[in-house]
Amino acid sequence: MKNDVIIKVENATKLYGINKPEAIKLAKEGADKETIQKKTGVTIALWDVSFEVQRGEIFVIIGLSGSGKSTLVRCFNKLNKLTSGKIFYEDRDVEKLNKKELLDFRREKISMVFQNFGLMSHRTVIDNVAYGLEVKSVPKEERYDRAREMISMVGLEGWEDQPIESLSGGMKQRVGLARALANDPEVLLMDEPFSALDPLVKRDMQFELLSIQEKLQKTVIFITHDINEAFKLGTTVAIMKDGKLIQLDTPQNMFMHPADEYVSKFIDSADRGKVFTAKHVMVTPRCIVRPKDAPEQAIREMRSYDVSTAYAVDARMSFLGVITIDDALLARKENLPLDSFIKKEVCTTPPETLLSDILQTAADSKYPIAVVDEKNRLQGIISRSAVLSSL
Amino acid sequence: MDNYLLQFPEAWQFDVGDSIDIWIKTVSQDHREVFTAIKTAVITSVKGIYSLLEMTPWWLLIFIVMILGWRMSGKKRVGALFGAMLFFVGSSGLWVHMLQTLSIVIAAVILSVILGFPLGILIAMSKRAESIIRPILDLMQTMPTFVYLVPAVILFSIGMTPALMATTIYAVVPMIRLTSHGINHVDTEVVEAAKAFGSTTLQALIKVQIPQAKSTIMAGLNQTIMMAMSMVVTCALIGANGLGMEILIATNRTEMGKALMPGIAIVIIAIILDRLTQGLIKKSEATKT
Ligand SMILES: Nc1ncnc2c1ncn2[C@@H]1O[C@H](COP(=O)(O)OP(=O)(O)O)[C@@H](O)[C@H]1O
Ligand SMILES: [Mg+2]
Repeated sequence: MKNDVIIKVENATKLYGINKPEAIKLAKEGADKETIQKKTGVTIALWDVSFEVQRGEIFVIIGLSGSGKSTLVRCFNKLNKLTSGKIFYEDRDVEKLNKKELLDFRREKISMVFQNFGLMSHRTVIDNVAYGLEVKSVPKEERYDRAREMISMVGLEGWEDQPIESLSGGMKQRVGLARALANDPEVLLMDEPFSALDPLVKRDMQFELLSIQEKLQKTVIFITHDINEAFKLGTTVAIMKDGKLIQLDTPQNMFMHPADEYVSKFIDSADRGKVFTAKHVMVTPRCIVRPKDAPEQAIREMRSYDVSTAYAVDARMSFLGVITIDDALLARKENLPLDSFIKKEVCTTPPETLLSDILQTAADSKYPIAVVDEKNRLQGIISRSAVLSSL
Repeated sequence: MDNYLLQFPEAWQFDVGDSIDIWIKTVSQDHREVFTAIKTAVITSVKGIYSLLEMTPWWLLIFIVMILGWRMSGKKRVGALFGAMLFFVGSSGLWVHMLQTLSIVIAAVILSVILGFPLGILIAMSKRAESIIRPILDLMQTMPTFVYLVPAVILFSIGMTPALMATTIYAVVPMIRLTSHGINHVDTEVVEAAKAFGSTTLQALIKVQIPQAKSTIMAGLNQTIMMAMSMVVTCALIGANGLGMEILIATNRTEMGKALMPGIAIVIIAIILDRLTQGLIKKSEATKT
């Protein structure tokens, strides 16, 4: 997946208005969007934006309303034309596609999900989903089969012949998603697709999107103004302001190194627990013991590290449990092997678990949480204080 | 000097009216075959519609209207009311006149749709076409009807043909306006969705824009019918037979009662046509939104 670029944006600039040369001159002198708007009547919707999107990732674009997100995403399928700059899909310059090529590009490679669903109210659910196939003259049988498959994938089985108006918001957007997937595109453009939905429905849809993405491995370009949504879904997040790209990074890096105050402000409203995972806050356990070790040795080791618990693993680093200093002392006194004193009631978690999901466990448990991989090998431990202080 | 200030100077007045008269007369003489052909076409089609209506037994027509009224409104008593109203027209001895009037109105409405629907789409799709056609529409709507009645008579002589022309000129405007309004006001996101999935312009138009604009277009049709109805008396002035002619004759003889009955008949037809097409609008709205 590394460095398999599917979309490349080079110096994309888009202005709305008449007196563009004057606006460009002012923008180059460093005037801000508002000043330029006042002086020339030209809106700088995008200014010199460059980035790359990797195949198979969820690329999230976030920014306040009016920051140029929609303008940018609509250039990918040429609903908008750039004033200057280039957009490449694989090696093809999107701006240079002729009419026929553009139709094919939209029919085969790229599709779109809209904020207010963009559904055709005069058509039934299935005819909406099949629309993209219909315009490229796929025979009726075939396109209905495909549409049914998509409808059941988004969980709307049985609603095929219903009119759109009979659906709730969340269901409408499921239809929107099914319609976008029916063409089996490479790239899915989603312009604030969940912004019009209630929080609960929104969560369901985010989950739905992630599981579909897992299954189909599409490249998704996702727009939102909700930082939590961005961090939850995004492999890479691009923050925009006044038509400019401010920072492009992974959610974690963005948290740790915000490029400027604008980014920090966004991040302040974000829930860190939804970005950082166990992996990010775990530490290597200092004191590891084997069940066969003599109690004497375990005690010495705990003393030398000045800790009161040791982590027991077997020969293959499989996590067994914890041993407290008190138990080790008891074992020595009664001359018993260590393994009968191993406490198994320690919570474990995979490294990918979000901190917000560990929070409760961390607060309740007596011992730190052990982070183990899928083979139950000990990766690290998380203390209660580490979870709380990271949030 | 005083004179010049108080009255518009005569030296500065000129008369274009005469030259226009002459021009129209020459045109009508030079292209007589064209106008004769148009006239024949019009007369044939209006007569065709008339004989179709005439062939239909009166009770069948009443029955059809009753059924339609019931279907469109969902109420039986509306159907019954429509039937009674039509029966009243017949019993006033105006059945034939009603059919004559209807045939011109129907012909004008069909012509208006044939012309207005594509023109409306054209205006909606092309800014250039809009900037040319809109002022003409404004002109057509504000110009007093009589101004184009006279040239129509000169070109086609008195009768059905100029009546149909005048009615169409007057009635086509809402068809054009509302078609273009409907197409332009389809939710932009829906139109964009159509484009984003690779529709050609024609596909987007046929599969999305026209169906989405259907209720507005139907409202245009309704207005077109109403405006065609409102031209009935004017048309009688240039020799179109029917209810309008009855009113005109009675008015000339100052027979108030005789003028009243065909007047009521016109109102009755207008109400029925209005309600039936309103029903169509409601139906197409139900499949929308
Ligand atoms: N068709 C248009 N004509 C003029 N200005 C526009 C148009 N579309 C967008 N803009 C302006 O461009 C800027 C970016 O808009 P947009 O891309 O819609 O932002 P976002 O999607 O981030 O809210 C805004 O200032 C907006 O007012
Ligand atoms: Mg937007």
